[in-house]
Amino acid sequence: MKRDMKTWLGIFILILLIVLSIPVVGYAQGSDPTDDDVNTVAKQLYCPVCENIPLDACGTAACEQWRGIIYDKLKEGWTEDQIKDYFVAQYGDRVLAEPPKQGFNWLVYLVPLLVFTGGGFLLYRGFNRWKESAPTTKEGKEILKKEDPSMDKYIERIENELKKRSEGSK
Amino acid sequence: MVAEIGFGSLFITLLFSIFGIGAAIYGAQNKNQAWISSAKNAMQLVFPLLTISVISLLYLLVNNHFEVAYVHNVTSTTMPTYLKMTALWGGQAGSLLFWSWLLAAFTSAVTLRKWDRDQDLLPWVIVVNLITLAFFLILNIFYENPFNMIWQEASGGYLFSFNQPLGTRQIFPIEGTGLNPLLRHPGMIIHPPMQYLGFVGFIIPFSFAIATLITRRTDDRWIQLSRGWTLWAWLFLSLGLILGARWAYDVLGWGGYWGWDPVENSAFMPWLSGTAYIHAVLIKEKRGMFKQLTMVLSILTYLLVIFGTFITRSGLLSSVHSFAQSKIGPVFLIFISMTIIISVWLLSSRWNALRSKQVIRSFFSKEGLIIISVVLFLGLLVTVFWGVLFPIISELVIGQKVTVGPPFYERVAAPIFGGLLILMVLCPLAIWTFMSYKNLGKLLWKPFIISLIGVALPLYGGLTKWSALIAFWLVAFVLAVNAFEIAKRIRVRRNTESESWWSSFSRVVKRNRRSLSAMIVHISMVLMALGIVGIEFFQTETQGTLAEGDRLNLAPYSMVYQNLDVFDPQDGRIVARAVVQVEKDGRVVGELYPRKDVYIDSNQPVTVPGVRSTLLDDFYVILVDWKPVTSEGATFKVYHNPLVQWLWIGTYVFVGGVIFATWPEKKKNEVN
Amino acid sequence: MKKILLWGGLTIFLMILGVGLFRSQQAQVNIGEPAPDFELLSFSGERYQLSDLRGKVVVINFWASWCESCKPEAKDLEDAYQFYLSRGDVIFLGVDYVDTEPEALAYLKEFGITYPNGPDLKTSISQAYRIRGVPETFVIDKNGTIAHLQIGPFRSLPEILSVIDPLLD
Repeated sequence: MKRDMKTWLGIFILILLIVLSIPVVGYAQGSDPTDDDVNTVAKQLYCPVCENIPLDACGTAACEQWRGIIYDKLKEGWTEDQIKDYFVAQYGDRVLAEPPKQGFNWLVYLVPLLVFTGGGFLLYRGFNRWKESAPTTKEGKEILKKEDPSMDKYIERIENELKKRSEGSK
Repeated sequence: MVAEIGFGSLFITLLFSIFGIGAAIYGAQNKNQAWISSAKNAMQLVFPLLTISVISLLYLLVNNHFEVAYVHNVTSTTMPTYLKMTALWGGQAGSLLFWSWLLAAFTSAVTLRKWDRDQDLLPWVIVVNLITLAFFLILNIFYENPFNMIWQEASGGYLFSFNQPLGTRQIFPIEGTGLNPLLRHPGMIIHPPMQYLGFVGFIIPFSFAIATLITRRTDDRWIQLSRGWTLWAWLFLSLGLILGARWAYDVLGWGGYWGWDPVENSAFMPWLSGTAYIHAVLIKEKRGMFKQLTMVLSILTYLLVIFGTFITRSGLLSSVHSFAQSKIGPVFLIFISMTIIISVWLLSSRWNALRSKQVIRSFFSKEGLIIISVVLFLGLLVTVFWGVLFPIISELVIGQKVTVGPPFYERVAAPIFGGLLILMVLCPLAIWTFMSYKNLGKLLWKPFIISLIGVALPLYGGLTKWSALIAFWLVAFVLAVNAFEIAKRIRVRRNTESESWWSSFSRVVKRNRRSLSAMIVHISMVLMALGIVGIEFFQTETQGTLAEGDRLNLAPYSMVYQNLDVFDPQDGRIVARAVVQVEKDGRVVGELYPRKDVYIDSNQPVTVPGVRSTLLDDFYVILVDWKPVTSEGATFKVYHNPLVQWLWIGTYVFVGGVIFATWPEKKKNEVN
Repeated sequence: MKKILLWGGLTIFLMILGVGLFRSQQAQVNIGEPAPDFELLSFSGERYQLSDLRGKVVVINFWASWCESCKPEAKDLEDAYQFYLSRGDVIFLGVDYVDTEPEALAYLKEFGITYPNGPDLKTSISQAYRIRGVPETFVIDKNGTIAHLQIGPFRSLPEILSVIDPLLD
């Protein structure tokens, strides 16, 4: 029974661990790009000069120019990915919100994965070591119930009543 | 004159600290109470002494003493008095002094408690506290002196130092550069003090832990002693994070509240380990297990605080938060290296002595759930730490700088928070030691039915995003479980006593303070989760340039740009205030006043949004600050943020819950 | 075994912090140091490799169209280029830092600049020279060593000439 519950729990957790992906909209239109179209792409890029500021929120003249480039490229019919590649070629990997998955950068994704699987494994091993068989006798369960703070006042009352009755019947 | 007093006091405090360190060590080695007492007295005085320095600097700031370099950099005559006072932490030098002052407050406060029972810990607590304080004072005195004056050379260049360099003359500017306009917001006034209090507060539990290790004690007295301090430090740290998020939402105009910026992360990491510590220590107190873990977590939290301060102030990383390039980097690195090395060495040499026997009978016992939660917190901590460190490593190894941004962190944080939500469903029901699945099922089925409302309502409203549905279901589930648990306890009391509902309720509250406050805090977390799910999953935005009379649509809202007022409120800025009328589903629901303030002294604009908030959503309008604002054309950015108010409501409940947990208990002198 | 991992990991961590800090505090490549080699692809499509230009004086000017303080020296740099043009042993290269092509070309047209200019792709050149901002100019002598470092704009044409003249024979 324990194994079933563990599997159930494990599957449940696994479902929650599925990546929540942000939908990426591709563009290939010839009509005038709106501010929103530009911002959709700019949101995914970071200012090449001032670190850690997304391109749609940056107020410098340089950032205005970069948004202008996005506007021009969108008008020419470039897709989002093409524009992002262009920015990377011009300014380096740091304009992306995440390191591109190549070469050395694989480490940034790998290490947390290793840490989680390692941690999960250690936890599993730990639980197996820490577990003893659960008490099955009535007294054992009573003792454990007593440790529950929400129940103690109730138990106390019962005991007092029982004591009163046993004394009364003497 | 005042600057001399301020600097002199700073220096004297350093001398007292060094004396205290020496006296405490000597007293401890030679078992000499007199020397230890003397050290304690020295430690008691550091706060009053530093207060003199702080008051001096405040005096200089408020009275426009621009011959002092720091005052010149962060104030101007156009600033109101209260803002000049907050400029105390507006720049690197002043904020370091402010940090030292708050540190001294905790340090001196800890001398006021009764130390009779803990004589052997005292000297080492003194040593740890004073070494830390001495370090920060050294930073102020030798590297970033807030009392430096401006001296002009014959060639026209400027020098900054406390004592007059040869061949220079002192100048007395009549105006200063003024505080960065972004810092002039009320949120910015309260956020740094709270954040610093949270950071420096953890020195106390750290010093107790280190003192225990040094004296080779293996008992838990240090946990008992530091419980109150840790809770308060953790509360302040949480408040600092919450206020930072609130300020970002209110002012920064990117419609968000958290950017996973390295500096934000360096405040988040000690919070994660601090929260893990608070949970782990419960197991320690109730079941006596995980001695090593609690020791490690307490020390780790403080080390993360120091690490965070280092990367913020050293110039190693740059962000909106970080201070300008500074020379304190190398000496800071030495300090943090020594702190880490000594802490780790002490831990590893006492490791075996700290061993305790761990017995956990079931996954679903309180201990089991807590350990799983600790693992989740630590997992997120390690990931965030790696994400902060990786750009530095990448630049060293391959020479290319990379950005580790929100997608990386969110991918990990979302499932972990989901896992924590599941734990929060189970934890009010879990009892120590053992919980059978049958019992669990019995306790769960009623709240589970209620929780389906959390799925039914959104589905009915047309929601199909399954991850959001799961999140809403868990939120409803946690609320339901907690509500049932509280109701059960009240009902149990009612069945055994004949008293009024109110009496029952207040008795339950008094008797179950700890578990109730935990429930309240967890409830606050799910309320915050509700707000976060709303804004993260369902935020929409649009941007457009409007002339007066034009309309901008963002379903289900629509807004019309009505007119523009430009005026001068006579406090150093020119305000351009737009009036927009907001409609929802065709009906007018209100007016908003987004505005752009341009500060005259720095020529920097700050935009303030107009927000219409309801429990259901926020309609958020902000002027784009790099575009001109005129009647013919003003550029607006508009966000629709569903449910985000629940995030703030959750934070209020959170504060209430933690204060409830730390409220002093009345002595039990009632007889039943 | 665990102790080795622990202390090893800790040492590596502290070294990362140390080296990272050192790097962030480093100033530009200094006078007397060999000039880092690079390849510049100009806006008109030609390739320039610094190492191929050994034996000539090279003036490397970092600029950007959004940089206000670059503008005062722009005309002077072009004039200096024209001054040495007939000699054939002074090369001017403009490195456009983190800029956008349309605006960059407009800037070059505005100041009538005719010497080769190209974008600093992936900011590799500016990283190699560790510039702190724009404008910065590095003057390389005929042996490939940095002879002069100008932080900020040149104040006048004579100033530029006075820096280059001593390097000619």
